[in-house]
Amino acid sequence: MSVLPIRRQTMVEGDIDLSKLERRLREPRTLINAALNWLVAGLTVLAMVPLFSVIFMLLWRGGQRLGIALFTELPPGAGMVGGGIGNALLGTVIMVGIATLLSVPVGILGGIYLAEFGPNTKTASVVRFAAKVLTGLPSVIAGVFVYALVVTTMGTFSALAGGVALSILMLPTIILTAEDAIRMVPHRMREAAIGMGCTQTQAILKVILPTARPGILTGVMLAVARAAGETAPLLFTALFSDYWIRRLHEPSASLAVIIYDFSGQPYPNLIEIAWAASLVLVLIVLGLNIAAQFYLRKSFTK
Amino acid sequence: MDTHDHAPTPATIKPAAPAPVPANGAHANGNGNGHSIVEVKLKALYYGSFKAVRDTDLAIKRNAITAFIGPSGCGKSTVLRSINRMNDLVRGFRFDGHIHFRGRDIYDTKIDPVAVRRHIGMVFQQPNPFAMSIYRNVTFGLRLNGYKGNIQDKVEQALRGSALWDEVKEKLHQSGLALSGGQQQRLCIARAIATEPEVLLMDEPCSALDPVATRKIEELMLELKKRFTIITVTHNLQQAKRVADMTGFLYVDTTQGARTGYLVEYGPTEGIFNDPKEKHTKDYIQGAFS
Amino acid sequence: MSATLAEHTEPAPLSISRPPTNAEIVWDRFFRGACFCFAWLTILLVVLIIWEIGKHAFPAMQAQGLEFITGDKWDAGNNKFGILPEILGTLYSSLLGVGIATVLGVAVAIVLTQDFVPPILEVFLKNVIELLAAIPSVVYGLWGIFVVIPAIRPAANWLHEHLGEIPLFGTRLSGPGMLPAALVLAIMVLPTITAISRDSIAAVPPKIREAAYGLGATKWETILAVILPTSSRGIFGSVILGFGRALGETMALAMLVGNASNISWSLFAPGNTLAALLANKFPEASRVEIDALMYAALVLLTITLAVNVLGTWIIMRTAVDTKGGR
Repeated sequence: MSVLPIRRQTMVEGDIDLSKLERRLREPRTLINAALNWLVAGLTVLAMVPLFSVIFMLLWRGGQRLGIALFTELPPGAGMVGGGIGNALLGTVIMVGIATLLSVPVGILGGIYLAEFGPNTKTASVVRFAAKVLTGLPSVIAGVFVYALVVTTMGTFSALAGGVALSILMLPTIILTAEDAIRMVPHRMREAAIGMGCTQTQAILKVILPTARPGILTGVMLAVARAAGETAPLLFTALFSDYWIRRLHEPSASLAVIIYDFSGQPYPNLIEIAWAASLVLVLIVLGLNIAAQFYLRKSFTK
Repeated sequence: MDTHDHAPTPATIKPAAPAPVPANGAHANGNGNGHSIVEVKLKALYYGSFKAVRDTDLAIKRNAITAFIGPSGCGKSTVLRSINRMNDLVRGFRFDGHIHFRGRDIYDTKIDPVAVRRHIGMVFQQPNPFAMSIYRNVTFGLRLNGYKGNIQDKVEQALRGSALWDEVKEKLHQSGLALSGGQQQRLCIARAIATEPEVLLMDEPCSALDPVATRKIEELMLELKKRFTIITVTHNLQQAKRVADMTGFLYVDTTQGARTGYLVEYGPTEGIFNDPKEKHTKDYIQGAFS
Repeated sequence: MSATLAEHTEPAPLSISRPPTNAEIVWDRFFRGACFCFAWLTILLVVLIIWEIGKHAFPAMQAQGLEFITGDKWDAGNNKFGILPEILGTLYSSLLGVGIATVLGVAVAIVLTQDFVPPILEVFLKNVIELLAAIPSVVYGLWGIFVVIPAIRPAANWLHEHLGEIPLFGTRLSGPGMLPAALVLAIMVLPTITAISRDSIAAVPPKIREAAYGLGATKWETILAVILPTSSRGIFGSVILGFGRALGETMALAMLVGNASNISWSLFAPGNTLAALLANKFPEASRVEIDALMYAALVLLTITLAVNVLGTWIIMRTAVDTKGGR
């Protein structure tokens, strides 16, 4: 009974109008909120357009040429019809292979050093810094460097030089992901191995590396994917070739360079080949990326 | 079968001078032929500038279970881990003193800690099987030591020895990580005993386990002491009372500013629990049982 | 029999323990050494890159001096080289690209973290943006030539005809030019900026957000007044790193920017960048021209190194700050 008057009193004194709690569409606050909602929605959709546009174009313009001939024939000359990207695909596989052979051992052993032997040493922090610098290295600089170091000494452009250039770009990814993957191995596994009387090397090779393998492999796959798509380091290391590769110290074609070369040509046939090569390249790269993610996720849920 | 016949290695040392007589009245026998197999003579143990443990001398009896008890932070695990030089992994670790294993000082600069760990096995607080099959877990130490005999038999023997055989004999090639916590811990014990080390260190082996699994491990320990010398750390006084033949009580000394652990009293378990000589021991045990 | 740990007494009858063999110890030493050497190789590689490029650039540095930086002609016939248009073009295209990418990236980062869309859509959106990073830059170049340039040409030329007095629209877009290059560049750095912005926005402690809501702020008032300012340093770091990537990006620019040593404010005029200059001139360059290109490479390397180190430092400092603030 005595409650009512008090409540009424507060209403008057505090001057609160409860109807203001209702949503009002016309109030500036609400309008600004709505406008900003629409703005970010629009920007987000805009950010997604390129991926779908690229995929659509690849399938539409590149898909036409997808067939056996694309993979078995040599690139056509100017004004000719038909042809394929057989030598370019082979060249890319070979050069990425060379790069993998060079960068994987260095990267994994370097990663082991960072994670196991000297995680807190001065050397380790300098190595980490160097790896980060390499991550940000413009890929064309890797090409210039290998030109100066390998091409001028060998006196010729070659698939080997291309592979070396690609390995420089793969190394930082591998070393840093390997370090992370090894650090993720629980400390008690390390203790168990050492407690069994393993030397540190035995503990690493028999216990820690097998446990860290999914993470390391993911890093390698991502690095391979990146290397496969790189063009700039190959332009003046591996150059290009219209023929099948026969020796490693010869210039070689690659998917990335064939796309670059043919994109500027006035012949529709060559442009079609460029799109088809792009489709193949993107399939390889996306395939590796998705496989890496899938593999990593599977090993985490296990 | 002579498995000790190997080429000389840097780990190899000449026969040591007979070990000095350890304190606490234990019977010293440098050749380890008596009933003490490990003699700890610890003056001080540091992590960096932090003095973690001081003045801890004791002799471990062969084919018995020795338990270290004491409040947390008293350094009982640290002492245990220095017996197979696991502390060498910790940065800044420094050991002032001696630990004699069968008469040999394992902190001698000529000793390879890796060789020490092959003779003194360890079971850890958290079950830590390797991410490989049960079979590979058990054969790990055999392969590490270059064992040439019948591996199958050794695996069965080790798994029977850790009372796990009946539970896993159908699935030896499944991952060791798929087992339950208690089974994982028994797998770790099987892994440790497969190479028949002389001494088995068990660092709170039951602290991550439920009461049923704990009981199994305790029964196992009593069984294993027939073949091995067991040194264990436990925060559970009941457990020490149930399984240990000898008990060492460590306490934390805060008088010198830092928290430094030291051995207060060491003797047969019966005596420590029923008739402690030292006031600290008495207080601790009464506190726990009142 | 050698004196091992166990030799001292009769061996425990069952034990098969043995100390590590010589082979095991040698292998352990060798393996440690190998890891150490390979770790050092990474440092050596960085030093070698700077040394090799510096060494080859030295003759050109002597011949061209500082005029190399201030000159605006690339005249291989008379051995006169200047890279001012390329330096300005590199900065201009990167600023434009990063500017566009920042607007898009921060918007996407907000959508990804502030409960705008259901979690399934968040995951989808995140994957779409991450996949953008996987597509090789040469494919973006091809796409730029055949999709972006035709798509923006009508609008660009309309702007030139009606607002031609503004320097930004001072020329027609006939084909390759600054704007298409910057647009494609924006797409390429978008994943970097989105990912790091998202992380730093997500790192804003929930209690700060709750405090703003508790005071009666709307969702957007909270985002604009509290969340973005709190995470601004991380976002800034992401922009710097994106800028570093954009500076060194080569293929898309070599295909889209027009390769003209040309200084212009116009978004539609062809221009050039340092990386594109290297890609285009190197394969057919003469001896002297190669020295000049090495000099250009050294300039590019210096700029990108400085920007990358700055960006990494800013992000590291942010990480330390948020940790310390808890």
